[in-house]
Amino acid sequence: MTRDPEALLPSAEPVMLIDPSGVPTGLAEVPDDDTMLAAYGALVAARRLNDQAYALVRQGRLAVYPSSHGQEACQVAAAQVLGADDWLFPTYRDTVAAVTRGVDPVEVLVLLKGDWHSGYDPYRTKVGPQATPLATQLLHAVGVGYAAKLRGEPTVVMALCGDGATSEGDFHEALNFAAVFGVPVVFFVQNNEYAISVPLARQSVAPSLAHKGVGYGVPGERVDGNDVAALLAVLGGAVAKARAGEGPQLVEAHTYRMQAHTNADDATRYRQDDEVAAWVERDPLMRAEAYLRGRGVLGDDQVTAYAAEADRVAAHVREGLNRDVEPNPDDLFDFVYARRTPQLEEQAALVADELSREDAS
Amino acid sequence: MTHEKLTMAQALNRALRDAMAEDPTVLMFGEDVGPLGGVFRITDGLTAEFGEERCFDTPLAESGIVGLAVGMAMNGMRPVVEMQFDAFAYPAFEQVVSHVAKLRNRTRGAVTVPMVIRVPYAGGIGGVEHHCDSSESYYAHTPGLHVLAPANAADAYGLLREAIASPDPVVFLEPKKLYWSKEEVDLAAPVPGIGRAAVVREGTDATLIAYGPSVPTALEAAEVAAQDGRSLQVVDVRSIVPFDDATVCDAVRSTGRAVVVAEAVGFASVSSEIVARVTERCFHSLAAPIRRVTGFDIPFPPPKLEHFQLPGVDRILDAVDDLQWEDS
Repeated sequence: MTRDPEALLPSAEPVMLIDPSGVPTGLAEVPDDDTMLAAYGALVAARRLNDQAYALVRQGRLAVYPSSHGQEACQVAAAQVLGADDWLFPTYRDTVAAVTRGVDPVEVLVLLKGDWHSGYDPYRTKVGPQATPLATQLLHAVGVGYAAKLRGEPTVVMALCGDGATSEGDFHEALNFAAVFGVPVVFFVQNNEYAISVPLARQSVAPSLAHKGVGYGVPGERVDGNDVAALLAVLGGAVAKARAGEGPQLVEAHTYRMQAHTNADDATRYRQDDEVAAWVERDPLMRAEAYLRGRGVLGDDQVTAYAAEADRVAAHVREGLNRDVEPNPDDLFDFVYARRTPQLEEQAALVADELSREDAS
Repeated sequence: MTHEKLTMAQALNRALRDAMAEDPTVLMFGEDVGPLGGVFRITDGLTAEFGEERCFDTPLAESGIVGLAVGMAMNGMRPVVEMQFDAFAYPAFEQVVSHVAKLRNRTRGAVTVPMVIRVPYAGGIGGVEHHCDSSESYYAHTPGLHVLAPANAADAYGLLREAIASPDPVVFLEPKKLYWSKEEVDLAAPVPGIGRAAVVREGTDATLIAYGPSVPTALEAAEVAAQDGRSLQVVDVRSIVPFDDATVCDAVRSTGRAVVVAEAVGFASVSSEIVARVTERCFHSLAAPIRRVTGFDIPFPPPKLEHFQLPGVDRILDAVDDLQWEDS
């Protein structure tokens, strides 16, 4: 760990390894072809998942969906740079990150389908429950990492949040705690320019969000959030430093939320179409595809094959979400405590009595 | 039986020490709890005995402390955290309400957060502003938390041991004004567990229901009443959540009259909940409406005025006098 302020500062410009047309910038080496193809495959699946989930909202199968369309490279890279024993702490917009790490998308979407608050076992894939209250999960990430550190385990924790969450107190407390205790956490901010409707300029006038690490002694880095190669390199480097005992790292990705906050939001009330259009040409999926085609390692056949695999996942999601789960009123009372209190026993009996009278009538 | 004379502060310290010695996953952290031993010395000697990795100071941020504990509890530890004073716990409220209390339910039992949030609480010590709040209602209103308030050294030891061993998160309210009260304690003797109230003085004419700092006051009132020929029973609630309806209601039915004594603001409070619950269950046994002696609905007063706010013996006995006695 370093206390040299210069060494904590992010680069002047976000790191970009492949330009929007798919050409390497030469700034540093692009990850190898196998890594890039794996990332591309995940990006295709991610885009398809975002589109599918959005469609399922219109069909009434999901209550709401905060899409990460345009941010998929951030989430794919965040999951792919982790090892099996590492942890990922996602927010409600990070469905793609959880799915890329291996959580069944049907289980992730349980929250938004409305069957329960969370649909997956966090220990199976080491993915924390998706957090809705902003920045609160960053402290849990620090705690998970610190417990592992005290036991001498080499676990690194990837903690996700958005630009708006960097204004929350828990963001600052998490960075400070992680730094003071030397906890191997990578704080990864997806700066998509908007917190629902509020633009970045109203969150912060700091030189960048990555600069916020300096105040806590945490090194910051900035990366093009639509360049999956740069994301893999920068996040992978941050994970390696954290694992090597260099303490927490802060990475800010510059990206853009191409769709509204959720389907319930109307983005035309706060941003112009031409602003959105300018980001279309920076699309992370197209950029990766152009690069890999240019390398000669991706052709039409493979593109079709990846798309077919993504369609298969989408079909699995449709099938899962179209399956109605019979609500069990016992669930209301069974998970509040390890054992129901006498009061919850009484209340469960009340509901059971109501149901038995409904059945009788 | 190994009786020793201990203060509540010493009993709490022993509970932490014994739990940490027994289970290496038990950790203690918070503000000034390391080498200093806490501003009330509850963690005295723990860092020296167990090392800085088991009992440590954190940066001064309560949400950070509780959020860190959530993550550590998720990953195999049993953290005990200290909020330095009742009113300094409020920055942690979101973590407590949205995560500590809900994670088990959110994940259908997959994630549990066994942890204890120790809160030195309530008044009676001449503390200045923000050092004397009775904050139990905030926690009691949040499903998923257990809320305990011991009133003597034996319960302080026994309940804290049980809180640390509990699979569920516990808010442990330590009455500051009782920290230094000394009594004979047998630490090896079991005490009633979480969810159990206790009749701490038998009586036949009326029941005083109290918890935490108000229990000794209720006992004192019962002693004075006895000299006047009135036999008051005293119930120590001990476990605010889960609440022991059976013990409290049996007690009230046996006397037919009751007064609830609590230091907290009375409006929308634990004391109003107790009156509602007991009335619903014991209406036909009651000879008079249940009375309450609580703090007024005001911010906790400055030290020179706090005696007006604290339930005292006279106010309790006045309330008892109002219980529609046939002989008056």
